[in-house]
Amino acid sequence: MTGTFDLSPAEMTAILLSLRVALVATLVATPLGIAAAWLLARRAFWGKPVVDALIHLPLVLPPVVTGYLLLLSFGRRGLIGGWVADHLGIVFAFRWTGAALACGIMAFPLLVRPIRLSIEAVDRRLEQAAATLGAPPWRVFASVTLPLALPGVLAGMVLGFAKAIGEFGATITFVSNIPGETQTIASAVYSLIQTPDGDAAALRLVVVSVVIAMAALIASEFFARRATRRLHGS
Amino acid sequence: MLRVDVSKQLGDFFIEAAFASEGRVTGLFGVSGAGKTSLVNMIAGLLRPDRGSIAVDGETLDDTAARLHVPAHRRRIGYVFQEARLFPHLDIRHNLDYGRRMNRLAHDPAHQARIVDMLDIVTLLDRRPGKLSGGERQRVALGRALLTRPRLLLLDEPLGSLDEERKAEILPYLIRLRDEAKVPMVYVSHDADEMRQLATQVVLLKRGRITAFGGAEVLPPSSC
Repeated sequence: MTGTFDLSPAEMTAILLSLRVALVATLVATPLGIAAAWLLARRAFWGKPVVDALIHLPLVLPPVVTGYLLLLSFGRRGLIGGWVADHLGIVFAFRWTGAALACGIMAFPLLVRPIRLSIEAVDRRLEQAAATLGAPPWRVFASVTLPLALPGVLAGMVLGFAKAIGEFGATITFVSNIPGETQTIASAVYSLIQTPDGDAAALRLVVVSVVIAMAALIASEFFARRATRRLHGS
Repeated sequence: MLRVDVSKQLGDFFIEAAFASEGRVTGLFGVSGAGKTSLVNMIAGLLRPDRGSIAVDGETLDDTAARLHVPAHRRRIGYVFQEARLFPHLDIRHNLDYGRRMNRLAHDPAHQARIVDMLDIVTLLDRRPGKLSGGERQRVALGRALLTRPRLLLLDEPLGSLDEERKAEILPYLIRLRDEAKVPMVYVSHDADEMRQLATQVVLLKRGRITAFGGAEVLPPSSC
């Protein structure tokens, strides 16, 4: 007997694709997010408010606008997309890589925020102490700042991952909704609820998304709590 | 040999200080707000003077005229802060070993054992800083600074955050440090009795300026 909760191969494909897209987006965005968070937390430079605003822009722009901007710039004939395709051989338009790019950009502000806060929370006097013990700036960062901010980094990664896996608007605008290539859980649900008899399948995917999102939020909270413990040194 | 001749504007506060000390322990004495910590931060390289020069053992570390500023991590000057500033994510063993790793010094178990022994911290090695008392933390901070083999050790009110009992517990270690470790020190305090016990030369600092320099006789009479 087949239960209502048996996932069809097409649904499995969408779930696995979503996981892959979100994972790649998170892993690529994390080092960039750490760099951006460190700049915002520790450096004063000209144009800092503009950089801050740019990072947060995807959070407030309509996702369809972000997707369209991506299409214009990272499409096959876009300024950046064309160059990347010619020189690095990476095509974003209508590929899963494009979905990962869209998800990464949409998740970026959520990823940067906890990392920035946790870097700001690191006592700068500890960084000074490390310098007097002979550590050059990058080793101060690697041996003191980053380890103390690590729970925040993990929280940011989890939150970014959760956002990436649920991203819809920018992704569907940029790379469309191609089963097996760019059809993530979100766009599969969108297709299914427009199909007669798609309700049961849509509901199954909805349950899967809720479970993934809940797990991510709980994990994020867990890491945030560990951060406080770690900073108190017990 | 420590030679300092610097000035620095910090908000409304202006520091202008020049002295040269041959002493094993140069005491920087003054009330809080006299500019002691700022001066020590300049010697450490954490703060850059607006004008002037700093030299240790004939090596110039700061010279604004020549636009020279050796960054803190290349000065080989140890610094014990008022609050120990131990790394909370590392146990005591790794806190002590931090400077050796950063300076890529070879393992020297004998040297480490000597310092751990002198400071009586062998029982603390596997603990985290959060589990230590204030006095224990300060002893570890001393050891951590000494293990980088500094050519000069700065101590900024290392007893400042401790109660009388703890002070009495640490002071003998500082005297041993002076007499056994033979590392020249700059000792900052606003406590004349402490100064008398430790310093071989005293710099009196008042509102950012040096008002006296000499032996322990320049210190105000004991409060008790």
